[in-house]
Amino acid sequence: MGHTITEKILAAHSDKDEVNPGEHIVADVDFMVANDITAPITINIIEDIENARIKNEQIALVPDHFTPNKDIKSAQNVKLLREFSKKHNVKYFFETGRCGVEHCMLPEKGLVVPGDLVIGADSHTCTYGAIGCFSSGVGSTDLAGALLTGKIWLRVPETIKLEYSGKLKNWVYGKDLILMTLKELGNVAAIYKALEFTGSTISGLSIYQRLTMSNMAVEAGAKNGIFPPDEITEEYVKDRAKRNYKMYQSDSDAEYSDIRKFDVSDLDPQVSLPHLPSNAENVKDIGKIEIDQVFIGSCTNGWYEDLEIAAKVLKGKKVAPETRLIIAPPTPDIYMKALRNGLLEIFGEAEAVIGPPTCGPCLGGHMGILAAGEKAVATTNRNFVGRMGHYDSEVYLSNPAVAAASAVAGRIVHPEEVL
Amino acid sequence: MEKILGKVWKFGDNIDTDVIIPARYLNMTDPDELAAHVFEPQRGEKFNEVIDRGDVVVGGDNFGCGSSREHAPIALKASGISCVIAKTFARIFYRNSFNIGIPLIIQPQVAEEIKEGEILNIDLEEGKIKNESSGKEYSFPPLEEMMVKLIEGKGLIPYILNEGY
Repeated sequence: MGHTITEKILAAHSDKDEVNPGEHIVADVDFMVANDITAPITINIIEDIENARIKNEQIALVPDHFTPNKDIKSAQNVKLLREFSKKHNVKYFFETGRCGVEHCMLPEKGLVVPGDLVIGADSHTCTYGAIGCFSSGVGSTDLAGALLTGKIWLRVPETIKLEYSGKLKNWVYGKDLILMTLKELGNVAAIYKALEFTGSTISGLSIYQRLTMSNMAVEAGAKNGIFPPDEITEEYVKDRAKRNYKMYQSDSDAEYSDIRKFDVSDLDPQVSLPHLPSNAENVKDIGKIEIDQVFIGSCTNGWYEDLEIAAKVLKGKKVAPETRLIIAPPTPDIYMKALRNGLLEIFGEAEAVIGPPTCGPCLGGHMGILAAGEKAVATTNRNFVGRMGHYDSEVYLSNPAVAAASAVAGRIVHPEEVL
Repeated sequence: MEKILGKVWKFGDNIDTDVIIPARYLNMTDPDELAAHVFEPQRGEKFNEVIDRGDVVVGGDNFGCGSSREHAPIALKASGISCVIAKTFARIFYRNSFNIGIPLIIQPQVAEEIKEGEILNIDLEEGKIKNESSGKEYSFPPLEEMMVKLIEGKGLIPYILNEGY
């Protein structure tokens, strides 16, 4: 019997020739990541162990959540990461100014490569599946265990194969595919499982749109979300990869726990209504929803390509008088490229505020908190109760074109309405 | 494994980790400070003060979904919660809870039938739950071997240090 990409990567990192769903394995970890809210717990665990030695070349410590430091406690946490990195010679610690949102920065810098087994103390670690890694989010204790041993115990997941066919309409992107998929799968069908994104639509999708999709695999409950690596993957990784990589493919006789097929040629831009990412609807069908704020950025949809899409909508227009638009390029490289190519000027002229690379607004951390009763459109991944601020505020998830158009209209609209 | 006896705090489906502990408190790591904000979006401030040591949280589907923040099970544990029962659990929350020594039980019928305030008597080894308020008994499949090791070893780190992989 054949195997899926996920099974092959897990087998290659264990002491077994092949692994099957349901099996527990102890696997070697290639790379790890933690941030300024999850790493402090990991660091406290490690510093409590006498003479602890860590895998200091296989971890990136990325203070991206509450940075630039939002308050004294956050500053103390970042200081803890900085001092721990110095003490243990952590190879990849990113200081503010050189630091971006972790799940954008790691692929960008080639720190994660196809065929890797990656874990991160952040649920959106599943993002790297877009380049053909097994990557999964864990908690701070699991990360501490892996930092100490270089290993992690894992249950081999069943795989759900998702096949997309059809050419996407204008203003429809990877974000719309994943929001629609979340709705179709519901909140529990993919718990503990792997998602494998395949089909003719996927073959034509840019690496950035794939990254948006795998980023949200966890919103279906999945352990990982993986794309078969192809020429688009190779093109993206070949000049960045800091290590050798290997492109795994699923066998034609691999076994899947479920196969779902979607013809997406008629798919319209989606918006996920509060308070679950799976509450996706056609933007055209939701009626008039006035909004107070729009946020474009995050590990989901802050890629340069996303900023270009937003700029295409915003060029020569102004944000609606009673709406605020916040755009935060998620990494210094994306920020500088957007600056050099005039995107930031378009945003400034449109009267958006341009934020620094940070996770801040997405999780209601800082730099764009919502008041009671306020509504926001965000290109992020979660619209839980109170996610961006007050418990009585609401978050609507969309692609960058819908977000930019909604900022101009002051209500949630299809981009065609403002162009 | 110790027996559990406690009263129930009942929650619904899709209880995400932002509900268990909102992100703005993630600049804290002290368990008692985190406990002061447990379930704040649904139950208000200082909900931990009405929780007695040993109490049990019962949820529906997809309990603990969302962020990987271990602050969520840490806040539950520091509030005195001994165990969570639900129809299904999000996987990161599942690992995180066992990793710090909180057992989770998947038992859909209990999740459906139990009411807030009822008293549960739980035997993890035998796989039995008794509702002391109604007298009704339930069973659940034994925990997987790894999970038993984590609970008996009081979490992942002592397990790794003592047993290794």
